[in-house]
Amino acid sequence: MCKALPRLRSRARFAYGHGHLPPMVRGVSVIRFDSVSKVYPKQNHPALRDVTLEVEKGEFIFLVGSSGSGKSTFLRLILREERASHGQVHVLGKDLARLSNWKVPQMRRQLGTVFQDFRLLPNKTVAENVAFAQEVIGKSKGEIRKSVPQVLDLVGLGGKEERMPGELSGGEQQRVAIARAFVNRPKLLIADEPTGNLDPQTSVGIMKLLDRINRTGTTVVMATHDQNIVDQMRKRVIELEKGRLVRDQARGVYGYQH
Amino acid sequence: MRAQFVLSEIGVGLRRNLTMTFAVIVSVALSLALFGGSLLMSDQVSSMKGYWYDKVNVSVFLCNKSDAESDPNCAKGAVTGDQKKQILADLKKMDSVVEKVTYESADEAYKHYKEQFGDSPLASSLTPDQMQESYRIKLKDPEKYQVIATAFDGRDGVQSVQDQKGILDNLFELLNLMNRAALGVMALMLIVALLLIVNTVRVSAFSRRRETGIMRLVGASGFYIQAPFIMEAAVAGAIGGGLACVFLILGRYFTIDHGMALSEKLNLITFLGWDAVLTKLPLILAASVLMPALAAFFALRKYLKV
Repeated sequence: MCKALPRLRSRARFAYGHGHLPPMVRGVSVIRFDSVSKVYPKQNHPALRDVTLEVEKGEFIFLVGSSGSGKSTFLRLILREERASHGQVHVLGKDLARLSNWKVPQMRRQLGTVFQDFRLLPNKTVAENVAFAQEVIGKSKGEIRKSVPQVLDLVGLGGKEERMPGELSGGEQQRVAIARAFVNRPKLLIADEPTGNLDPQTSVGIMKLLDRINRTGTTVVMATHDQNIVDQMRKRVIELEKGRLVRDQARGVYGYQH
Repeated sequence: MRAQFVLSEIGVGLRRNLTMTFAVIVSVALSLALFGGSLLMSDQVSSMKGYWYDKVNVSVFLCNKSDAESDPNCAKGAVTGDQKKQILADLKKMDSVVEKVTYESADEAYKHYKEQFGDSPLASSLTPDQMQESYRIKLKDPEKYQVIATAFDGRDGVQSVQDQKGILDNLFELLNLMNRAALGVMALMLIVALLLIVNTVRVSAFSRRRETGIMRLVGASGFYIQAPFIMEAAVAGAIGGGLACVFLILGRYFTIDHGMALSEKLNLITFLGWDAVLTKLPLILAASVLMPALAAFFALRKYLKV
């Protein structure tokens, strides 16, 4: 099923494999990693080693690699759940190492995050779940009343505002999660295996939705194990292996080893 | 919007942890009631001190005829007129410590005794010539008793020098000791209350980790994430503080005014008025809100990542 593509390992060739953006150009990139390494305390092997890459505004990126390859660490660095041990991480033009703790929430308001396990609040309705993301950053009631139905329409859940998450299918729950991630119109959407719990057909629907969000200008970084999706979408693929960036390929496929 | 949201979060949190909240409320109430009680107690003691020290005298008792036979201090016989004059003159010279000297004759002493102990069998067998004459000395500073004692103890015609303050001091010592014991119990209760709050916050943060996780991800500020927990502790504390205030008011009402009615039974003591109780209440309420809030704040630094 996998096409036998040559395995390309040279970082020198592919670090800026996306091509047309030299590393000196700043401010345009949504994510910029400069020789980033991450070693967790009390561990010998780094979770991420010397990763350098750049993601431009409006890109759609698949992050692939086996479990333990460093995908999660990569995403956690972007969210500033963790700090890099070496090197610099820039997100939306900000050096996260220099960002003081109290400014982190402001930065996160420009990011949206979606997870494999949806992470909805089971005792709140669909609309309340989405509104929660706005309430807790102090948006006005009027604004919430306007934007929640809008975003629910966008994800195809118009009419299901008052349902509880437990009454929805997995795909619909993930749509709620995406609506919640997108309701504050983030510049960057991070999806950590958003289709991991869904069947292939439902996954296609979710991917179409993420593609639609991407087309509004939102950069999407999606970690995934789903080979079909990666092969079909033909977007930029970044592959990590044992913490190293081993492939950065425009219009890539998942890889042949799986 | 913000306020309403935060308030509803607090309500949910408190109900979710009902047993724990109850424990927090009770321990805060008890510790602060003890705190208020001992504050009032020490106020009471110092007001009693002020009142009684103002009234106490040092008495220089003079020998009478019957003392001359029984008391070794009066072996040289009853006091003479000259001796009395000399004592009075010496007392007048000590005007740096002595504020006022009054002379109580044997007849007056008999009268006072009768007034105080009226119909007791001892009083009825007493005659005026058994009573002692005395000088009642009011000191400028009640602590300076020793000066009088060294000057007059053992002098001819003087049976004894008695400091009434010494008797009172024993009483006050006892009251202070009780007060310190109450403060000790209060400190223990307070530690229990604070530990309970820390634990409640921990449980609360754990049971709400889903919400707080989402809040963090969508960029809610640290204040916004922590506020419900801190407010929860503050509200539980305030309820406890309110209860402590009620305990204090009821405590005064039932021990002093009604119930035990100490104000009637011990009418020699002027008890603290309601104003003294009421002025303690704001202090207790403030402590009941601030201490749990602070405890919650420090607990959150440990148990809630922001």
